[in-house]
Amino acid sequence: MQLLDGADLGYGGAPVLRDVRLNVVVGERLALLGRSGSGKSTLLAALRPALLARGLRVALVPQDTSLVPQLSALRNVLMGRLDDHGALYNLRTLVRPRRVDRVGALAALERVGLGVEADRAVESLSGGQKQRVALARALFRKGQVILGDEPLSAVDPRQAEALAGTIATTFPTAVLALHDVGIARAFATRVVGLKAGTLLFDLPVGALDARRIEALYAG
Amino acid sequence: MRASLSRLHVVGAFLVVAVLCLPLADLTTAGHDPWTALGRMARGFLSPDFSAIEQIARAIALTVAFAVTGVAAGGLAGLCLAPFYRLRIVRGLAIGLRSVHELFWALLLLQVFGISVWSGILAIALPYAGIFAKVLSEILDEADRGPSDWLGPRVDPLTRFLWARAPLVCPAMVNYALYRLECGLRSSAVLGFVGLPTLGFQLDSFFRQGEYGAAGAVMVIYVTLIASVRVWMRPRTAVLWLIAAMGLMTTVNAPPMGQGALWRFVSQDIIPAPLRQGDPTALWPWLWDLTTGAILPGLAATLVVAQLALILAGLMAFLGQALIVPRVTGRAGAALGHLLLVVLRSFPEYMLAYLFLQVWGPSMLPAILALGLHNGAIIAHLLGRQADGLAFRADAPQGLTLWGWEIVPRLFGPFVALCLYRWEIIIRESAIMGILGIATLGFYLDSAIGELRIDRAIVILAATALVTVGIDALSRAIRARLGAGQLRLSAARRVEARQAAGC
Repeated sequence: MQLLDGADLGYGGAPVLRDVRLNVVVGERLALLGRSGSGKSTLLAALRPALLARGLRVALVPQDTSLVPQLSALRNVLMGRLDDHGALYNLRTLVRPRRVDRVGALAALERVGLGVEADRAVESLSGGQKQRVALARALFRKGQVILGDEPLSAVDPRQAEALAGTIATTFPTAVLALHDVGIARAFATRVVGLKAGTLLFDLPVGALDARRIEALYAG
Repeated sequence: MRASLSRLHVVGAFLVVAVLCLPLADLTTAGHDPWTALGRMARGFLSPDFSAIEQIARAIALTVAFAVTGVAAGGLAGLCLAPFYRLRIVRGLAIGLRSVHELFWALLLLQVFGISVWSGILAIALPYAGIFAKVLSEILDEADRGPSDWLGPRVDPLTRFLWARAPLVCPAMVNYALYRLECGLRSSAVLGFVGLPTLGFQLDSFFRQGEYGAAGAVMVIYVTLIASVRVWMRPRTAVLWLIAAMGLMTTVNAPPMGQGALWRFVSQDIIPAPLRQGDPTALWPWLWDLTTGAILPGLAATLVVAQLALILAGLMAFLGQALIVPRVTGRAGAALGHLLLVVLRSFPEYMLAYLFLQVWGPSMLPAILALGLHNGAIIAHLLGRQADGLAFRADAPQGLTLWGWEIVPRLFGPFVALCLYRWEIIIRESAIMGILGIATLGFYLDSAIGELRIDRAIVILAATALVTVGIDALSRAIRARLGAGQLRLSAARRVEARQAAGC
């Protein structure tokens, strides 16, 4: 899929990324690497409409989680499938979820280790727990592609590796911005390095060497 | 916008204007001895007489009932308007509704519905609907768009609102509604002064009979009622309160109005007299006479009262901003300061002016004092809360030194901004004071209604609303040039700004 073909991306007038070309093959798992401010979030934000325009089902894990703090973890996970149903069905789900939905959402929460917190309001959870709820919402949604912006940054490292594996088995195609090179190596089939608004490299994960990483993060 | 005005210059300009107003102000104390009246009143308040408790209880129950139903109706209407606030027609409607004061609405509605519950409910509901529409639309705009964006384009609007918008805005809206209920309790009490069966009416009749003890009892109960709103009014019990209030309303006996009062009001009474009599050429002389004979003198008096009251409020807030800070006044002093500010904040300025009028007789003095003390207490309270939240270094001084060296300089910006917020409210309230017999715009409005010249009243009302809107715009422009208007305010600051611009 040629998702971006020479696009200038950014907010308002000033582009953050110039002349971006990105082709993603189904079955690939991309890791976006780069320092903060290098344009990873901008790139992910541009990928969502491009994927939606192709009629693909996309699950999103935004950096700020975009959860509704006042609702329970379970209802936040249930939000993953609201666009599959009509207003009445969703209203009923808000008041009292059907058994089948509840079981599905609970299973997603259990996969991220939060089954016991299902009925707690999200605002009372810790940062790492919120991030896992946001991930559970994407797992419950399912889809052909997952887009994640630092979806594991606040999760402890051992759990993060396991969750990356869960993502890999649930979604055929994935694009994740990651800050941990180790997890990127374990998770991705392809790595894209961004620096100061340009694509520094775009390689199969096997070709990622220490020199390139050094260059990517150097001042 | 770049800060292009200095705060000291703005304060200086307001002081100069106030000094220029001073010779125009009528501050006479009308010949009678204020101290005996004050003494009688003080004795009454210090030994409240609860023997008339049944009468008082009914007046209080009705005050609460009018407030609850009026605020609920206004809130509901505002909630329906809020999502469409971007449309010019909705915004215009909301501005029109809220630029007319509750008491003025009441005076007009009394012509249509007489002393019926509808006059009271609508007098609160109509202006509050305009205010709610504005504030609730701001709350909607401020809420996080993240969850709604996450849902993507395919979700229907109802689901989007119920799942991703309503839960985010609900706490702020409930909080604001509670604050508005406090305002509604004041409005509702004051409506008694124009004849509705609430606390103001009871207070007025006790004063006329010289029963200061009973009046004292009314005051004590009233302050307690307002100070404890958040204890007895919980979101969960709101519906029960509303049902009880509506039930109580049905027990109010109102003299029936003639058939077609509303139709006569809109089809005849409010049409300018020359047009009604089929003589359009007389319209200009009619308007000219009205402008020079009522609107301009009323406006001049309104502005004189308002400018002097603003300075008094500012002075009171400037000195009193540290009153509730224990590091300045000590623990006992802070508690006393809280009590003083609560009492002054709880009484509507109109009621305070009514009390002062009993003491000093009719002149601008009672109005200026009432407006200054009430608004000063509100600003001092908001500043005091900020001062209490300041992180002082461990070896910071205490007492007056802390006030002068830390609190005053650090809070000078918020002080000026809050005074500017109150400016518009002080103007609105100065106009209202006319109903008490002081020659501000409300006096001319009230006389026009008393003479059943509703057409004149409508023009005066429109002029009053225009002045309010103009002052609001001027205040916003000054705030923007001070560099305080365009700042991204934190959530707590936004709540404070709303309360400063509230009631």
